[in-house]
Amino acid sequence: MTTTDTQPLVRLNGVGKSFGETKVLDGIDLDIAPGEVVVVIGPSGSGKSTLCRCINRLEPIDEGTIEFDGKTLPEEGNALAELRADIGMVFQSFNLFAHKTVRENVTLGPIRVRRRSKQDANRRAGELLARVGVVEHADKPPARLSGGQQQRAAIARALAMDPRVLLFDEPTSALDPEMVHEVLDVITGLAAEGRTMVVVTHEMGFARRVADRVVFMADGRIAESGNPADFFAHPKTERARDFLSRVLEHTETRPAS
Amino acid sequence: MFGSYGEDLLAGFGETVLVTVTAFPIAFVIGIVLAVFRISPVRPLRIAGRLYVDVVRNSPLLLIVVLLIFGLPDAGLLLPLFWCFVLGLGGYFGAYVCETVCSGIRIVDRGQIEAARAIGLPFRRVLTDVLLPQALRAMVQPLGTILINTALGSALGAAVGISELTLETRSFNLDTAQPVLAFLTAACGYLAINLLVSLGVRLLERKARVLR
Repeated sequence: MTTTDTQPLVRLNGVGKSFGETKVLDGIDLDIAPGEVVVVIGPSGSGKSTLCRCINRLEPIDEGTIEFDGKTLPEEGNALAELRADIGMVFQSFNLFAHKTVRENVTLGPIRVRRRSKQDANRRAGELLARVGVVEHADKPPARLSGGQQQRAAIARALAMDPRVLLFDEPTSALDPEMVHEVLDVITGLAAEGRTMVVVTHEMGFARRVADRVVFMADGRIAESGNPADFFAHPKTERARDFLSRVLEHTETRPAS
Repeated sequence: MFGSYGEDLLAGFGETVLVTVTAFPIAFVIGIVLAVFRISPVRPLRIAGRLYVDVVRNSPLLLIVVLLIFGLPDAGLLLPLFWCFVLGLGGYFGAYVCETVCSGIRIVDRGQIEAARAIGLPFRRVLTDVLLPQALRAMVQPLGTILINTALGSALGAAVGISELTLETRSFNLDTAQPVLAFLTAACGYLAINLLVSLGVRLLERKARVLR
């Protein structure tokens, strides 16, 4: 189809959201093309996580519209559930189902939502868990795995639904430093496959390497966006310069890894 | 040792078991409904659930039972004494079941519910595949305690004329003047019920742990 090349897969139009008096998202316009990797960065409280959670409507919005594949996100109900099946999400705190094994975590969606046979779902789960490198832990409860392993299993769970877009909400922020790279490696591999992804992160090196486009948020607005080379070399706004000088300075004072 | 009273005592024991196994499911259903009220997005329902639990938990069980036995006929609902009593017990312990269910639901991490919604599970599946299996596991022990308390609470039937174990024991004692034998026998009856419940709880908990 030629239309998919021109039409954005996700389109945010004037999206606004408030928690009480605080406006956490304010007039957000953002188009995400199929195959594009958008990395969202910005200071804490800038609204980047909320933005990510609005795309599959885990957070309802107050203003504007969000379209997925040309269709406005439905309100709560089964139509929304069906649409969420096409939008994979990986959370900061992994959120694996504690009462199920790692494999069952991965097969639950395919069996219940995609109506796959148990056998099919198990085979696919094995492949995905092997791909993210935790297949030897498939029959353990999530609590037995390290944080990095849990997050990689959570990525396998999202992939099992064959999502058309993947959302990563600070996927490495809850990890011990030595486990960050193993998760970023998996995400980098997915980006290289040409998957459509939105990644909210504090990892600047990763953003620079993997992003097709960097979106910098501050105070609930998109302050600036552009390709990573330009953004990191010549940030246009004062806010971005200020932010980068803080985080990059901090990175440099850490021992080299 | 018990003469002709053995049969009566046994019948009383049977009645105690019957009251318990009838009242507990009622308590369970009332508790679940109240818990759904308590976590519902509708404010008046939340308030109603809260009010019920607070009022009932702060009243003596005997008062609730007597109120129902005299109040239901006044309200035009003519039920046999047995059902009035069982409804009183069920309504009373339903408030405790509600608290147990609510805390069981609170134990389940909100993030897991979000994850379940994010993979596209409809609300019903989120409940049955993620929320309830974990909440119920946390509820086995406290529900067992409520079941035991229901069995013990059924002794109040003696005060309102239900021919259960305590009432039969009392009449045995009144006729034979053997209070120690009479009430030790009754105690053994209650103990038997409660040991059985404890055993069941332990088996259920072990099963839940294996699944973890």
